[in-house]
Amino acid sequence: MQKRIVIPFGPQHPVLPEPIHLDLVLEDERVVDAIPSIGYLHRGLEKLVDKREFPEYVYVIERTCGICSFIHGLSYCQAVEEMMKIEVPERALFLRTIGSEYSRLHSHLLTLGCLADGMGFENLFMGFWRVRERVLNRMEESLGGRVIQGTCKVGGVRKDMDGEMLERMKAELDVLDKEMKEMTGVLLRDDAVKYRMKGIGVLPKKDAFELGAVGPTGRGSGVRIDLRERGYAAYGKIGFEPVLETAGDCYARTAVRCRELLLSTRIIRQCIGKIPDGPIETKVTGNPNGEYASRVEQPRGEAVHYAKGDGGRYLKRFRIRTPTFANIPSLVHMLKGYELADVPVIIMSIDPCISCTER
Amino acid sequence: MSLFRMAKTALKNLASKPATQMYPAKPARKFKSTRGRVENDMDKCILCGLCQRKCPCVAIRVDRDERTWEIDRFRCVTCGCCVEVCPVKSLRMENDYTKSTTEPKMKDSYKSTNPNIPGLKPAPQKKAKA
Ligand code: SF4
Ligand code: SF4
Repeated sequence: MQKRIVIPFGPQHPVLPEPIHLDLVLEDERVVDAIPSIGYLHRGLEKLVDKREFPEYVYVIERTCGICSFIHGLSYCQAVEEMMKIEVPERALFLRTIGSEYSRLHSHLLTLGCLADGMGFENLFMGFWRVRERVLNRMEESLGGRVIQGTCKVGGVRKDMDGEMLERMKAELDVLDKEMKEMTGVLLRDDAVKYRMKGIGVLPKKDAFELGAVGPTGRGSGVRIDLRERGYAAYGKIGFEPVLETAGDCYARTAVRCRELLLSTRIIRQCIGKIPDGPIETKVTGNPNGEYASRVEQPRGEAVHYAKGDGGRYLKRFRIRTPTFANIPSLVHMLKGYELADVPVIIMSIDPCISCTER
Repeated sequence: MSLFRMAKTALKNLASKPATQMYPAKPARKFKSTRGRVENDMDKCILCGLCQRKCPCVAIRVDRDERTWEIDRFRCVTCGCCVEVCPVKSLRMENDYTKSTTEPKMKDSYKSTNPNIPGLKPAPQKKAKA
């Protein structure tokens, strides 16, 4: 038997935007096992639920993650609304959908940029982030914040978008589409990029399903798992097909994200076309009583928010299962059998978001 | 062939002007809905303390005896919760950010200038004695 060595990877590593630690067991240059450990960023946000009243807790829950904050807020509001049997106005649901898709755009552009950076393709990294800036500006203008929007509230949304702004957003989507196609074209067609990603970190469909892969990680392996198909918010009134790839390697996962960018702009266009007039919030009276698990599709996959109330101003229990947490078993499985030099690319290909994993 | 795809983009970037700007020499870009910093109109504030109770980060301290309203700029995350709950609408969200500082603490304290605060003695006489 060959001699085995253990190489610690992270929590500080140039490709990692956030701290995750992996103990890589190597035989020569080949990874035979990986032992992940998380917990460097635990902030106890779930515990804070019994210190903040439920309408204010949405500000805390949005700050779970610095990327998919909008959808965390949406999911929490959805859980509380279900418990309190609140009927959310149609217009608010559409605005929430637009906000979610803008978040997805910004998240995917960010991660594709980071992936390019992880491979040493600095120029492309800057290119993706330049496009992302456009999305962030639009979010700041319409929702009030670049990354933390604070738009969702229990019973509706805080900010309305007027017709003129929606028109402007729609016009800008065409520019966005063009710029994104240019950037993703470079990423997906570049020989060096293909060499680094094709056939690396393969996760077959069966394994992906059994290990519970979610989001682009699962869809890259051909598992049709997209919570948007369940039709929460206004997704039920929007026609779309989830993006699927079948190869299951790093390249397929990246391709899923690239194609989802264009899917997101398509969904936003449909929303702008179909958005009805009307109020954007309903008055909330009473306190939540009961329990509910709300499931939403985040840029990285399915997130589950569990909330339990007992009729008081404070919720009794709140818990989040984030998509990266669900993807870590798949990540460990993917790493086995590949070279040490491939590890950064494989890790980046699941788009890890550690701060929300550790809440 | 793929090399030239990026070359085209790179050349275009080389010719265009920078995407970043020199802050603070040039002011940051802002919109009407940008949440920059919280300001209080002390003529209107009735020191009810609702903002202090609702703030998710415990950034505000209201002292009715001292008649002061204090905000810790480093604790505040500009969520806008206090602005929403203020019963007399004395709080407002400005679009520009607080100036950067090298101080380890940054608390802004304001003295109330509202003469008629419900439940408190009128201010001027008390001031004159003190
Ligand atoms: S700012 Fe508004 S909420 Fe805060 S103490 Fe003054 S009146 Fe009350
Ligand atoms: S903006 Fe939010 S964090 Fe800042 S003082 Fe107001 S409630 Fe507190």
